[in-house]
Order: sequence, then C-alpha cells, then structure tokens
Amino acid sequence: MGSESVSKTVLKEQYTKFIGKKILFIVVLVIFLILLMGFAATLGSASITMKEVYIAILRRLLPNFAISKPLEAELSDIIVWRLRLPRIMLGVTAGMGLATAGTVMQAILRNPLASPFTLGIASAASFGATLAIILGIGFGFAGGTLVVANAFIFTMLASIIIFTLANYKGATPGMMILIGIALSFTFSASTSLLQFFGDPEEVAGVVFWMFGCLGRASWSNVTVISLVLLICMSYLIWKSKEFNVLNAGDETAKSLGVNVEQLRLVSMLVASFVTAVIICFTGIIGFIGLVCPHICRMLIGGDNRFLLPASCLLGAVVLLGADTVARTIISPVIIPVGIMTSFFGGPLFFYLLMRKREEYW
Amino acid sequence: MKLKITGITFKYASEPILKNVTMELGKREILGLIGPNGAGKSTLIKCIDKILKPLGGSILLDGQEIRKMTRREIAKHIGYVPQTSSGCFPATVFDTVLMGRYPRTGWGSSDRDIEKVAEVMELLKIERFALRNFNTLSGGEKQKVMLARALAQEPKVLLLDEPTSNLDIKHQLEVMEVIRDIVRYKGISAVVAIHDLNLAARYADKLVMLHKGGIFAGGYPESVLTYENIKKIYGVEAEVKKGPYGLYVLPLKPASYSAVMENRVFTSVE
Ligand SMILES: Nc1ncnc2c1ncn2[C@@H]1O[C@H](COP(=O)(O)OP(=O)(O)OP(=O)(O)O)[C@@H](O)[C@H]1O
Ligand SMILES: [Mg+2]
Repeated sequence: MGSESVSKTVLKEQYTKFIGKKILFIVVLVIFLILLMGFAATLGSASITMKEVYIAILRRLLPNFAISKPLEAELSDIIVWRLRLPRIMLGVTAGMGLATAGTVMQAILRNPLASPFTLGIASAASFGATLAIILGIGFGFAGGTLVVANAFIFTMLASIIIFTLANYKGATPGMMILIGIALSFTFSASTSLLQFFGDPEEVAGVVFWMFGCLGRASWSNVTVISLVLLICMSYLIWKSKEFNVLNAGDETAKSLGVNVEQLRLVSMLVASFVTAVIICFTGIIGFIGLVCPHICRMLIGGDNRFLLPASCLLGAVVLLGADTVARTIISPVIIPVGIMTSFFGGPLFFYLLMRKREEYW
Repeated sequence: MKLKITGITFKYASEPILKNVTMELGKREILGLIGPNGAGKSTLIKCIDKILKPLGGSILLDGQEIRKMTRREIAKHIGYVPQTSSGCFPATVFDTVLMGRYPRTGWGSSDRDIEKVAEVMELLKIERFALRNFNTLSGGEKQKVMLARALAQEPKVLLLDEPTSNLDIKHQLEVMEVIRDIVRYKGISAVVAIHDLNLAARYADKLVMLHKGGIFAGGYPESVLTYENIKKIYGVEAEVKKGPYGLYVLPLKPASYSAVMENRVFTSVE
C-alpha cells in the first residue's frame, strides 16, 4: 500500500507544480504589461517620467487619493490621458483581441496555421474598406465611419457565409478552412478589381488602410473594443475546457459530452466578431493572432484554460511593444505597426521553432 | 445498468452499413463484438454513443432512449475508447486523462478529479508518462491512456474499440484483466470490439459476430466460435479447442488458399 499511494501523491504534486508554473507565467505577463504601458507613455515629444505616468493614471482611477501637486499634475494628466493612453490602450486591447481570436481559431479548427485571417476575414475587411474608399459606397455615414462600418460589416458577412455553408455541409475543420480560402480569393480578387479602376490617390488610401496602424486611436473606439473583448473573452474562457477536449478529435469530444458542431460555429462567430471590431479601427495587423498562441503553447503547454489568458496578454505586450518601437525608431516618422509585427514576428518565430526540440505538433 | 439495442440501422452513404442489429447487455457483463474488417463493429459502437445517428431502431440505457439524451448526459454514463486517436496540439497525458472528468465537472478541476485521474493512471501503470506529450507516446501507450480517460469518466457502460490492438501479449492480458475486474467489481457493462478471437473467447461473457452489418451469430462463446462459423465469416479453417482457460482458436489456413494457388503462377528465382 505504501509505495502505491506514494506514487499517487508524487503525481498529484507534480501536476500542482505544473499548474503553478502556468499561473506564474500569467502573473509575470501582467506585471510586464503594466510596466511596458508605463514606459510607452513616457515616450513622445514632451518628456515625462514613469512615476509621473503612474501618478497621473492613479489620480483619475482613485480620485480620493490625490498624490501630487495639482499644477504639474494638470500637464501630465493631459499628456497621459488625452495624448498617449488612447493609443496605448488601443494597442493593448487590439493585441489582446487578435491573439485571443487566433488561439480560438487554432483550437476549433485544430490547425496550427489558423489565425483570425485564415478564414478570409482580412480579405473581407479589406474589400469592405476598399469599397468605401474608392467607390464611397457602403453602410454608415460618409467619411471615416463609412470605412469602419464597411470593414466591420464585410468581416461579419464573411463569417456568416462560413457559418451558413459549414452548418449545411458539416462543420468539420477541413470544410471551414476550405470555405475560408475560397472566400479569401473571392474578396481579394474583388478588391484588386476595384483598385484597378480606382485613381492613384484612392489606391494609396486603400494600401495604407491595409497596413494596419494605431493612429486612429480614441477613447471611444477603445471603449467599444474593451466592452466587446470583455464579453467575448468571458464566453471563450468559459468554453476553454471544451476546446481542450476538442483537441482530442471530434469523435472523442462528442463522446465526452461536447456539442462539437455548435461549439465550433459559435466560437468561430465570436472570434470573428472580436477580430472585426478591432480591424475596422486599425486595419490589418497580421501575425499577432498566429504567433502569440504558438509562443505561449511552447512555454506553458496547450491547456486552453491558461493558454487563452496567457496568449491574450502576450498579444497585448507584443502589439504595444511593436508600436512603441514603430513610433520611436525613426521618429517623427511613425511606421505602421502592422508592418512591424510581421517584420519582427517572422524571424522571432523562426528562432523559436528551431530552438524547440521536442515534437511540437 | 442495462443496454438494450433494437433494430439499429445505419448508412454512411447509400449502402446500409448496419442492418437491423439487435442485442442486449446486462450488468457485470462483457459483450465481445467480433467480425472481419469492415463488418461494422466501429460503426455500431459509435451509434451506441450517439457519435453517429442511426436511421432507425432504438438504443435504451436503463430504459432511457439515448437519442433523447444530451451528449453530456450520455457522457456521464458511457465511456468510449476509439480505435485510434491523436491530438493536433500537444497535451500532457495527465491533461488527456483529465478530459474524462469533463462531463462531470465542467470548467474547473476539483481535488476529487485530480485524485480520480491519479488513481486510474496508477491502475493502468501509466503514471510515469504523466507529464509527457500524448502525441509522442507509442501506439500501445496511447491505447492505455485512452482507456484511462474512459475509466476516469466513471461510466456505467464502457465502449472499447479494439482496446488491445496495439498492445504486446503481456499488456493485452493486463488490460483485459483490468476491464474484467472493473466490470465485475463496479457492476458496469462493457462492449468490446476485438479481433483476437482467443481474448474474445476468454474475457467476453457473450459474443456477437457481425458480418456485413448484420448479426451472423450471437450467444455464449462456445456457440459462436465454431469451426463452421469461423470458416463462413472469416474464410479460415481453424481448430477450436477447450482448454483450462476456456476456448482457444488456432487458425490453420485460409479456406480458399488452395484455390488461390491453382490460379497463380509462381516462378522460381533460380
Ligand atoms: N466515414 C465513413 N464513410 C463511409 N463509409 C464508411 C465510413 N466509415 C466506415 N465506413 C464503411 O463502413 C463499413 C464498416 O466500417 P467499420 O469501421 O464499422 O468496420 P469495422 O468492423 O470496425 O472494421 P475494422 O475491423 O477494420 O475496424 C466499412 O465498409 C467501411 O468502409
Ligand atoms: Mg473498427
């Protein structure tokens, strides 16, 4: 009896330690993100220290504890809250959303290549934006909102097409990816056609929109993204254990009580919705959704209960980090962050893949 | 727990794969499903677990119609071990077995779940792989892990699709003993699709011989595993003997082998 229960105790201890490591990783990411946000807020034309940044933030969050003298606080308050935080928060929330959507897409399609853009979502958004920029037609009011609304609506349209077709033909991962590829080609071709007939200025506008940047940040779009993120994240984290079970295959997942088709379709809609809300404000920011889940999976394993939050936080760190580099490296020129993420994400990912010895997928 | 299957019919495409299959299984019983490749054993097992939806007939679990139960309810009663499986992304063996607790607990995993997982891993002697990646295990090791997952479900009915096909002779016996003991002591039932007629004869209380989607013979091993049945279904001449551990089947030669010889020209190398 002795030796038997010993091995069981050891096993339980091992597992508890294993979980502990994952939680530690998440805590480290949270701390790092807070520091990075503080640091990012110090950079810019007016110089301000990290301490001043945090004080300015705390003064508004906890108004009962006025920490510094009113006059100098006034200035840092404007710099932090009015000028820098919207952009930082847009980076954080967009990174969170894209990375979460990527993690979910990979889990439900059981495909390491899946990302928010695999299912033709990016092409749909680009088409919507192009339609607005070149032809000036679409949903919403004229000007900026037209582009935003169009990008959003076409993204959702693409996911509803996938939803309907997959629902009808059987929501298997292969089926959904193929439908996504077909949609992607259709929308890309339509975009090219519009560009072909557009005048050079408009085409430049389209190209610039597709780069993806945080320049259009405002508190209102940060609020919208945050609310959507909060609701969708709650749903996805709630379903995270079902994603784990789904990894074992559709049949096994069914035998363990998961409603596979429904989970796959609803989660796909939720992930697309998050993506749509983000890219309609930022344009196409690639790579975050593909790479962040992989990096986290390499570091803490595939348990989605921990992978989802970890990947979400890493997405925020990576996007904010990339944007911080992008706006300071050859300042005052600001490189669109979408270019930065892909530029540095690619080699970094290569490095991680080469370093990892154990079979990965 | 009593499983009653009446008149099950199933098609993938136009051709029926299962035709009017009827069988019954009681508490503390192991039912062996035998039959040649493509006979419909896996299909039948998937129908019982509602992974596939039969066209007609009924499956009653203690008088309750499976068709009307939710997947989650079914998962609390029925554990399924697939013929083969591998995950896409890496998952540790511990987490893989822990999946078996999903139908009972949902999101979190309580101490009781962890305890249960540790218990079944110890029972099947797989605790040394606990934190290995499931995808990197050997075929036999994977099979044991999948069995552990089904046992962690604490099911009343176990559906096993060739649980010993990748195991060496020692592990074949060990796994079958574990299954039999669990069935006897926990008072559950098991349906085991199995190719090894000797294991089937030894561990199953009843056998059902499937052929082209229908039941060719059913009953006690002695009545099912006869020279004539084996010759008709498998096209193999075999000696069936009674030994100290029950029946054993010794395949002698394919019944049609001589006919094959006549039609073939063998050229010597020399
Ligand atoms: N998804 C599928 N689509 C179409 N036909 C299928 C499918 N799966 C199985 N079949 C066919 O159904 C028949 C029964 O298959 P099944 O897997 O149930 O056989 P089995 O008795 O388990 O065979 P084995 O001993 O080889 O595991 C076979 O003829 C097979 O070709
Ligand atoms: Mg089979």
